[in-house]
Amino acid sequence: MNRIAGSEAEVAVFDLRRRHVPLLSTIAAILLALLPIVSTSPLLPDFGFLLLITWRLLRPEIWTARMALGLGLIADLVVGHPLGQSMLLWTSLFLVFDLIDTRLGFRDYMMDWLIAAGAILFHSIGAWYIALIMGSDIAFTIMVPQIVLTILAYPLAARVVLALDRWRLMR
Amino acid sequence: MPPPPHRRTGFSRKAQYGLLFGYAVAVAGILVALLLLAIAVVDPRGFSAIKGAALDATAPVSAGGRSVTQFFSGIGEGVSAYFRAGSQNASLRRELEQTRRDLVAAQTARAENAQLRALLGLARQTEDEITVARIVGSSYGSARRLATLSAGAGDGVRVGQPVRSADGLIGRVLEAGRWASRVLLVSDGASSVPVRSLRNNVPALAVGRGDGTIELRTLEVGVNPFRGGDIVVTSGIGGIFPPGVPVARVVRLEGDTAIARPLADPARTEAAIVQPIYQPAAAGELEDAQPANPSGPVSGPPPGAPALETTPEPLQRNPNYQPALQDPQPGQFVRPPAVPAQPPARPEPQG
Repeated sequence: MNRIAGSEAEVAVFDLRRRHVPLLSTIAAILLALLPIVSTSPLLPDFGFLLLITWRLLRPEIWTARMALGLGLIADLVVGHPLGQSMLLWTSLFLVFDLIDTRLGFRDYMMDWLIAAGAILFHSIGAWYIALIMGSDIAFTIMVPQIVLTILAYPLAARVVLALDRWRLMR
Repeated sequence: MPPPPHRRTGFSRKAQYGLLFGYAVAVAGILVALLLLAIAVVDPRGFSAIKGAALDATAPVSAGGRSVTQFFSGIGEGVSAYFRAGSQNASLRRELEQTRRDLVAAQTARAENAQLRALLGLARQTEDEITVARIVGSSYGSARRLATLSAGAGDGVRVGQPVRSADGLIGRVLEAGRWASRVLLVSDGASSVPVRSLRNNVPALAVGRGDGTIELRTLEVGVNPFRGGDIVVTSGIGGIFPPGVPVARVVRLEGDTAIARPLADPARTEAAIVQPIYQPAAAGELEDAQPANPSGPVSGPPPGAPALETTPEPLQRNPNYQPALQDPQPGQFVRPPAVPAQPPARPEPQG
């Protein structure tokens, strides 16, 4: 592949790619909820949420907190959560991430994983509690396998995001 | 990773205001989301237009890929069946012998049932269906157990209608779009179905546990009326689900309750049947829940006929019953009692 843009059009394409790959990949991950999988218990990770926090942790500068609001709305509509659930949880998490970024001068990969684990836990507890308010009275232990699996899936998501990021910034 | 540069705004007033504005938008968004959630809790059917439209837009994607996943899961099942062929053959043969005996008994019972019904002059209840659709997907990443159905309001599907398959009950319609709808599976934590045991007619409430199983709660304390392998069917109390639909099979007992597994596996269901609400008054407001007029589907015994109550549990004794039917007004009965029937005139509402 030619790494030097040959024309104005190519420059435009590169620019488009650089700007929109994070957003579009996250939306694509949200749309994975439409996969025709019929399961009887929550086990698979919430891919949209996982990719969202991975992008946010690896590239803190591309999104402000209000980006999570729109993406949360999309997720709520696509997945069928009560309207406002992902909007609330994701945006508050982004604000907490901002807080962590200002307090913490420097974070490495293990630190990212730890923060992601906390975020995943918070997200699952929040979703479980909202379901409880909505009348779905289930034991929290049912959520545990999914939480563990999602935390273990973070390194994988980080790989995917890093590959996408490299491709995005390639010129 | 060093802290992101753009959060440090320096002395630029414009950048500072921009950052502040961003946070203000985020906080306002959180408040709006809280408001939306509060509305969703108070009125679960709010925003049904928006959610229905989103459902319509996304369901075709799931429907398209469903046959692909069914093909692959079919391969997996085929391989595992091949490896377990020997033991499976023996157990199936035993099961077949037992089933054959049961079948003869069932046929005798059915003939007898028909005779008795003819004797009583009771019309056979019609098993009408609104539409037949496919289950194209489900929520796999959240605590709720919801499935997407490839039929919507355009096919006559309305919120609250029961959904079943040939194997048993699947759930209830929760949201209906134009071409697709969302079904609350019986294993969801918010689903509660009044059931009775086939073996000893004990009434119970089947409440989902969120992990694919159902908890059967009875009113009896001390002794657990269930045994492993018991099959429960809908009792028809509450008026939403038609009676006699198989729901689940008991797998184990836990204290006063029993844990059961739904007979209809939504993952393998080819065709889901949407049925009308059994007693339409049950889904309406309390004012509509007057004693049903005698021409209705379950109007109790016809005049002059002896009382034929198969479900001995009065509604009022069950504390956690269908919310639409809780708190009957004094002087009103949600279901006609088994006393000599009233004249067909609709009674005056009291008070």
